Amino acid sequence: MLNVLNDETVNPVEPFLRSDRMPHIWCPGCGIGTTVNSFARALIDSKIDLESLALVSGIGCTGRVAGYVKLDSFHTTHGRAIPFATGLKLANPKLNVVVYSGDGDLSAIGGNHLIHAARRNIDLKVICVNNLIYAMTGGQTAPTTPGHATTSTNPYGTFEPAFNLPHLVEAAGAVYVARWTTFHVRQLARSISEVFQKKGFSFIEVISPCPTLYQRRNKMGDGLDTMKYYKEKSKVKNGAPTSEVGLTLNGEIAVGKFVDRDRPDYQSMMRAQYVESLGDRYLGDEVETECVCG
Amino acid sequence: MKADPHGVLTGTHFIDGDHACCEGALAAGARFAAGYPITPSTEIVERFAARVPTVGGCFIQMEDELAASIALQGGVWGGAKAFTVTSGPGFSLMMEHIGYAAMTETPCVFVDVQRGGPSTGLPTLPAQADMMQARWGSHGDYEIIALCPNSPQECFDLTIKAFNLAEEFRVPVMFMMDEVVGHMTEKVVIPPADEIEVVPRKHTHKSIEDYLPYGTNGDLVPEMAHAGEGYKFHVTGLTHDERGYPNMTPQTQDKLVRRLQNKIRNAADRICLFEEERLDDADVVVVSYGITSRVAQRGIDAARDRGLKVGKLRLITAWPFPEKKIAEVAAHVKAFVVPELNLGQMVNEVKRAADGKARAYAVSHAGGGVHNPDEILNAIVEASRC
Repeated sequence: MLNVLNDETVNPVEPFLRSDRMPHIWCPGCGIGTTVNSFARALIDSKIDLESLALVSGIGCTGRVAGYVKLDSFHTTHGRAIPFATGLKLANPKLNVVVYSGDGDLSAIGGNHLIHAARRNIDLKVICVNNLIYAMTGGQTAPTTPGHATTSTNPYGTFEPAFNLPHLVEAAGAVYVARWTTFHVRQLARSISEVFQKKGFSFIEVISPCPTLYQRRNKMGDGLDTMKYYKEKSKVKNGAPTSEVGLTLNGEIAVGKFVDRDRPDYQSMMRAQYVESLGDRYLGDEVETECVCG
Repeated sequence: MKADPHGVLTGTHFIDGDHACCEGALAAGARFAAGYPITPSTEIVERFAARVPTVGGCFIQMEDELAASIALQGGVWGGAKAFTVTSGPGFSLMMEHIGYAAMTETPCVFVDVQRGGPSTGLPTLPAQADMMQARWGSHGDYEIIALCPNSPQECFDLTIKAFNLAEEFRVPVMFMMDEVVGHMTEKVVIPPADEIEVVPRKHTHKSIEDYLPYGTNGDLVPEMAHAGEGYKFHVTGLTHDERGYPNMTPQTQDKLVRRLQNKIRNAADRICLFEEERLDDADVVVVSYGITSRVAQRGIDAARDRGLKVGKLRLITAWPFPEKKIAEVAAHVKAFVVPELNLGQMVNEVKRAADGKARAYAVSHAGGGVHNPDEILNAIVEASRC
């Protein structure tokens, strides 16, 4: 792999992708591929052991990320990437588990799992690509759709309030919360590298265009126009109170690292409790391979 | 292979079916469970939560049954043997993930301690009304295996069997208890670990280069790898090819879905367990399962006291349905009597398998208690006259 990384004729992220699955299904101008590029660069930068890395997705456009990365990857059911990832992490604590999914998957159908995994502080790295709608199914309103945006199910404009995801996950207990847009590819890669150093529930929201369904219906131009829009509207606000970073249809997009704190993760707390209560009778939580595979 | 002695509580115990089921899971090698509380199943994971830290592994109580039923599958792909337990309303919520386990060929066990339904129904009282749901509850075509214990001892023995079948066929196995069997306390003998046969995971020995996650070599059950071993495999609930890659063609769908069916159907003779008595000269055969089989025994004994030629066929495996056995018996009996704690579920399978060669009489009960044995006796008497 090192030779590839030094070879300027080869895209450095290619070794992290299942090239035999290309072309991918994402539309021209979609931001999901951009986030995968930043993810792959974070893997290079953080020098993380790829064998230890598992990636879990739910359903939707971002749910397809699992199929394109050359890692142990799980494309699960709609909304359930986080509980699947929880089981994976608990059964094999040595794994680094990344959950990579969309805003509808993680915050609507999977919203309950999102807050409970944050509450428990399960050691998961969650990358939430937020395109502000349900894209795979044709552009319906999501819990993240800003008020007054036009969607296929709110053709006269949305009127229900949207979730402010950084605020939600901070309140629920996440130890790391950041937001970037697909314009901020280097900052995003840096945040992803950082969460590999964190223990506990980390959440990175990436605001990403859906030119086919969101930008078109809301007359916001194509993918390139959206990059200019993100550049113009984004304001880096590291450490900003998450209560103040909610998104509006045309307003400022607060980006940056909002939360970076430490508290014991689920497995540390579990082990401490068992050691305190059971002493030497506690046999640990690691499953012996011989017990399963003979 | 033999059971890991850490998980085996060898000895003679006086415990209920729920606790015996937990001990069976531990003896089978289950080291991970994810659950959500629901009567009358919760005692199983309560015991598991107390026992597993001393055996090596963990239990997590999830936020709902949707989470529990997929967390356990994460645990399996992480390298553990895993299960969840529930009852009617929770079983309904788990259906999508039973389909996911069938499609991704994730070996695991779903325990359903059946209670009266529909909806919230009778939380503390028995039924056997989830039998069709166990078979058909998730969307699409797939096969599962379902076992029905009728005593705490069988809750122990057959839970081990359930895990073994799950591993052998890489299929979700439904362990269909009922409230009475779950809460009935009886003697349970747990043998020494070296007397308990445990089926190991069908883990691949292939090199990373040669490994095809869903490739098969004729026996229809692919070899498995775990996350973190370097195979970099892909698992999806989408229709997939042998590489595990999504493939949306009718050809791939046909090949995959037929294999998922055939791996179970072709082995049905081996999977189908039943207990039979006096079938040779029987005019009437009582087909029953779970707690109802014990009530039926009294009806059968009373009928024999009256000189009626009655046989007994107890289904230990409900799914795949032992249709070959029913067809064989149907050829030389007049009728079947099928008591169930539902308004007629498995009786229709008996009729289908009998194919007109013998009648099938339902003795239905809506749940909330067990049959009066006289109802079963009366049905036997009536069937004998036909």
